[in-house]
Amino acid sequence: MQPGNRNDDCTCNCKNVNDFSGLDLILSDYLHVPGSLIIILQKAQNLYGYLSRDVIAHIAKTTGITQAKIYGVATFYTQFRLKPIGKHLILLCQGTACHVSGSKLIEDVVCKELGISDGETTADGLFTLNNVACLGCCSLAPVMMVQSGGEDETYGNLNKESVKEILKSIRHQGNV
Amino acid sequence: MLNEYMIINGARIPFKDEKNILDVVRNAGIDLPTFCYYSELSVYGACRMCIVEDSRGEILTACSTPPKTGMAIKTNTPKLQKHRKIILKLLLASHCRECTTCSKSGTCRLQDLANRFGIKEIRFDKSEKAFKDEYPIDESSPSIIRNPNKCIHCGDCVRMCSEKQNVGAIDFAQRGYELKVCPAFDMPIAETECVNCGQCAAVCPTGAIVIKCHISQVWEAVHDSSKRVIAQVAPAVRFALGEEFHIPSGENVMPLIAAAMRKIGFDEIYDTSFGADLTVIEETGEFADKLSSGAKLPLFTSCCPAWIKYVENRHPDIMPQISTCKSPQQMFGTVIKEYHKSASNTDGRETIVVSIMPCTAKKGEALREEFKRDGKQDVDLVITTQELSNMFYEAGINFDRLEPEALDMPFGIFSGAGLIFGVTGGVTEAVIRKITEDKTHNGINNVQFCGARGLEGVKEFEFPLGERQLKIAVVSGLKNADDLILKIKSGEIHYDFIEVMACPNGCINGAGQPHGKTFERESRAKGIYAADKQSRIRHSDANPMLAPLYEGVLVGRTHELLHVHYQSTS
Repeated sequence: MQPGNRNDDCTCNCKNVNDFSGLDLILSDYLHVPGSLIIILQKAQNLYGYLSRDVIAHIAKTTGITQAKIYGVATFYTQFRLKPIGKHLILLCQGTACHVSGSKLIEDVVCKELGISDGETTADGLFTLNNVACLGCCSLAPVMMVQSGGEDETYGNLNKESVKEILKSIRHQGNV
Repeated sequence: MLNEYMIINGARIPFKDEKNILDVVRNAGIDLPTFCYYSELSVYGACRMCIVEDSRGEILTACSTPPKTGMAIKTNTPKLQKHRKIILKLLLASHCRECTTCSKSGTCRLQDLANRFGIKEIRFDKSEKAFKDEYPIDESSPSIIRNPNKCIHCGDCVRMCSEKQNVGAIDFAQRGYELKVCPAFDMPIAETECVNCGQCAAVCPTGAIVIKCHISQVWEAVHDSSKRVIAQVAPAVRFALGEEFHIPSGENVMPLIAAAMRKIGFDEIYDTSFGADLTVIEETGEFADKLSSGAKLPLFTSCCPAWIKYVENRHPDIMPQISTCKSPQQMFGTVIKEYHKSASNTDGRETIVVSIMPCTAKKGEALREEFKRDGKQDVDLVITTQELSNMFYEAGINFDRLEPEALDMPFGIFSGAGLIFGVTGGVTEAVIRKITEDKTHNGINNVQFCGARGLEGVKEFEFPLGERQLKIAVVSGLKNADDLILKIKSGEIHYDFIEVMACPNGCINGAGQPHGKTFERESRAKGIYAADKQSRIRHSDANPMLAPLYEGVLVGRTHELLHVHYQSTS
């Protein structure tokens, strides 16, 4: 799928990526504040789940910042996504503490269970896996965070079995 | 504040208003190398080639450090030599090093500096992921080719596109090893707001952005005996092409171009200044109509295809105020095709019109649907000044030793007014020559003081027409044009007539010209005005070949053949 072309089966928390009324509200707050591109992109991503071509084009048109410049900023920072994500975003920590506690093994299990690799989304649109550098809670290593519709849940002291159980229970919740 | 000086390599060097050490050093006769410094663009300080060492052993970038009096620097210490070499080696490590097949070979600054600093060996392994040629080449544009594998990230193209042209079609994206210059979403450049002006290619130090070459198609046409290949040479070409053959810039080499083009097989060689004369007649008529009918003004000129594309992208609402006149290239293309259609002028051969332009946007203009009739282009092929000189090289023409020759008839006659289209302000001055009452040589000479001349980006002046004082503006560079449009839209200012050329300084500094610095541009402008002054025909009405045309192929068809309605307006 091309980034920006909305997939009809999209199951992420974006309601309608072509409805710019929410985005226009954000833009009206920051239009006259120089240097606020990053915060506009952050809020737009919160609203739509990712930064689609249409969203970037709309921001460009309203702010007068070129699409090429916005694309440059959006691709420079890892926090920005140009593709839709699944309903649950798994942020799997690969920081030093997690690495020495076997985060690579955890990643292998997640990948095998879900049939995806880092940065990809499952075909059913439920899960997206992102490796991150550090979640900042090294005492819980190996650790992962699952973001679901604005709610974050952190799972620590993972092992091969517990991570399978966690994925299973999240999937189960989704079907209720 | 008198007598400010720096000590450069032990010698006292005075300086005045230089903005940075680099300019002071260069004025002192030392050519500090740079990739990312252009005096007319913002200072970027990225390439680190212009480093100098101060008395405390500290390393500074000369381009981004203002001079201070008494400051002592050295430009060529062992430390600096080592740094420059390692920077070059790192740049070369991730660079596509296919020099023999690169169209920039010979004019590439990376190649030049690698030679200058004696780089013989790159110890970084090209097979490693970071150094592979992995990006696809973007050939979508009619004017330029982007090859990110040859990019050294100096950002010259990015700054030119946004700072001078206000287009911003390309920018830096990604980070680290993945960093590259590309359009938004890495789209093909043809799908962006790129206006084809080619100024990115003109400032690119390597072959990362080059002008699309159409030489082989021209050779094919020239060598095909079933084709009558007719050339039109734009005004600005003749004042710059000589530079490629060590002839001083600004010298009018049109007679040598005519001789050389005949030698390599062109059948008829004409002058786009003739098309410009037609444009003057048509555009002045349109302007007079608008003035008398009270239509919305200003009238914007329409000669520059990059400008047209810019208006379509950014200001479609002012499209009705753009002159409906075709550009000189397209008017001429149409006229030649029509002229050779008539039975008395045909010999059964197919007519192919080849334009020689200082411009890359003209390549795109010739392809536009509006300029096709019966599915065929009026101008078949467009090559730049540089491409024509390359054809001369390829054919082994000793350009500077040729005997000068004249152009062909009937379209080789033109006025000085048509000729000065090649420099910013030229179109305006040509229009004023047509409306001014005193058509004597002295009268025309006096028009030069109206305010249209000069290489400034924005010129404003008034000119009397009957009871009225016409308010006129002349701009070059699309950023300057945009600023003016915003002021007009806000009601801050009003003009009756505005000439816009996309390239800073006008066509003499087109992206298809040999790359010129300020000195070359000034010389080319001087050359154009000197040639105008020597011409017997000074204003377009006086071109004797126009009347037969208006009484011949153009009868009842001037609007159909010489005007255009861009599809974007409907």
